[in-house]
Amino acid sequence: MTSTVIIDKAAPTRTVKYGSMSRGRIWALRWSYFFLTLFAIFSLVPPLYMLITSLKTSAEISAATNPWWVFHPTLSNYVGLLTSNQFLTFFRNSAFVSIFVVTITMLISVPAAFALARMRFWGSATLATGVFLTYLIPDSLLFIPLFKMFAVFGDWTGIQLINRWYVLLLVYPTLTVPFCTWIMIGYFASIPKELDEAAIIDGASWFQTLTRIFIPVAMPGIIAATIFAFTVSWAQFLYPLVFTTSTDQLVLPVGIITSLIKGDVFNWGQIMTGALLGAAPPLIIYAFLMDYYIAGLTAGATKG
Amino acid sequence: MADVTLRKVTKRYDDVEAVRGIDLDIADHEFVVLVGPSGCGKSTTLRMIAGLEDITGGDIMIGGDVVNDVPPKDRDIAMVFQNYALYPHMTVAENMSFGLRLKHYPKAEIKSRVTEAARMLDITDLIDRKPKQLSGGQRQRVAMGRAIVRNPKVFLFDEPLSNLDAKLRVQMRIEIKKVHQKVRTTTVYVTHDQVEAMTLADRVVVMNHGRIEQIGTPNELYHHPATRFVAGFIGSPAMNFIPCRLEEAGGKLNIRLTDRIAFPLPPARAARYQNIARSEKLLLGLRPEHIAEAKMHPEPGVEAFDAVLDVTEPMGMETLIYFTLEGAQICGRVNPNAGARDGGPLRLVVDLNNMHLLNEGTGAVL
Repeated sequence: MTSTVIIDKAAPTRTVKYGSMSRGRIWALRWSYFFLTLFAIFSLVPPLYMLITSLKTSAEISAATNPWWVFHPTLSNYVGLLTSNQFLTFFRNSAFVSIFVVTITMLISVPAAFALARMRFWGSATLATGVFLTYLIPDSLLFIPLFKMFAVFGDWTGIQLINRWYVLLLVYPTLTVPFCTWIMIGYFASIPKELDEAAIIDGASWFQTLTRIFIPVAMPGIIAATIFAFTVSWAQFLYPLVFTTSTDQLVLPVGIITSLIKGDVFNWGQIMTGALLGAAPPLIIYAFLMDYYIAGLTAGATKG
Repeated sequence: MADVTLRKVTKRYDDVEAVRGIDLDIADHEFVVLVGPSGCGKSTTLRMIAGLEDITGGDIMIGGDVVNDVPPKDRDIAMVFQNYALYPHMTVAENMSFGLRLKHYPKAEIKSRVTEAARMLDITDLIDRKPKQLSGGQRQRVAMGRAIVRNPKVFLFDEPLSNLDAKLRVQMRIEIKKVHQKVRTTTVYVTHDQVEAMTLADRVVVMNHGRIEQIGTPNELYHHPATRFVAGFIGSPAMNFIPCRLEEAGGKLNIRLTDRIAFPLPPARAARYQNIARSEKLLLGLRPEHIAEAKMHPEPGVEAFDAVLDVTEPMGMETLIYFTLEGAQICGRVNPNAGARDGGPLRLVVDLNNMHLLNEGTGAVL
């Protein structure tokens, strides 16, 4: 080394105190970690309990041993469910319903949000609020009139919708479309006005502005809305319980409790296994799209 | 390429009249700058030409055709926005070619146009980058490139340099002028910066409160402002306005500023102002460069007086001086070696050959 410049990296002698962090900030962080840890334990205990129970035999579950420990681990619950045609049917129904519902939801809510956010027309603001209010009506209030409607529709047209898995394709969007539209309105509103003006001057139609500019730019928001729609339709319990009854039409959440609870006999091992397997698809989707989901949830919050 | 004509154009938002009947003729190849304070209606006027705002009344013609109800995409215009409005998910090349691709131009033609525009704007190396990888100045170049490749009849610029720092703004100003010299497209440019207006424009349109105050070349506006607003808006530091009145003294016409200060008017000015009532409340308009340090041999029409300076601002090539006269703060420009210092006295001269006389009530230049 010929350089005469000596850089002494150990030069500062005072103790390093994490930059300029003040005492107040350190305590705030400690409290945050405390509550985050508490909350993490709180929300992770049930899945852990499910995992432990799913690895036990029925005999061990009912035995008075430590419920938090597996003494004789077995995969028999998993083998039993994954080789059962019934369980695979539930899984397939759930997958079909969720994928179709997500598709339908996005096909409706993205153009709707674009129109409500950007194409100023008479009553668009009122309509946007109306869309949100629709979401506030709980499903437990809607299922009776909906059931009646489908029954009457069946009487009149002879087209039977009740007890068919595809009736859920009509029902779920009443939950997903308003919320996804609302998310997308917020997201589209955060896109600068000049962007669509530039596109319009460049010669784009409204439809081209949506497909070539807004959808690519709003991708994080669209993914967030997609995840929401998927989660809602995958986890929906009340509607499928009401509208479907035959075992070949059931979706996973309803299927597990109707087929694995026989009278007062609870097949806990398989119930836990089924719930765990059922939770897997949303978990996998979250894991892959987590970054997008967070970006999507926060983007509408702050303009800019 | 085409001329742009506005006939009695008005714009009304509910109960606010943003533009109140504008008549404007912009010739083919001309570079016209709309300038004025915020809220004067300049941007609204530009957006009406673009077709982004409906017009409430009047007619807008581009190339002789009335375009009142023609959608923006069929007006054959290109617009550059203040915040660039680049498509964030597209590369520079894709941004520039978007309009051409929508119109299904042949690929080879698109490529040659984009290459040509990129070369003209010196952004050839950036062609595959996304907007977020560009600096503010580079983004503005891309936005201009997007306008150039379309080869439109009219360029519209909406405060394109406002988001840039001062140094870059000067540089981009020159770039815009160079581009216009090359492509010669009719250009309407909106800014609130009178320096930008003066340096870029063939003709400047000064707007205020939704009306046109004056239209003229930069020199006309600077030397022959029609109203107090234009006189005060154009030029930096701004023109001084000193309350004054005319009086007769020994058969000659004097302009009296204070009890102690009165100057005889030069003969040409005296003849011009002869018919103004002596009792009229007037304002003497003098640009800072016409208030300077006293010289050994004063020219005719240059009158001397003594002032006590409040503040001095040395700028290097000149020193700006501020003093108070009848409650009005007056700015002058003196030689750095004139001995001006804060709080010190200085003998000054006013060049009345370049004075303006304004009616205090109406603001009209007499």
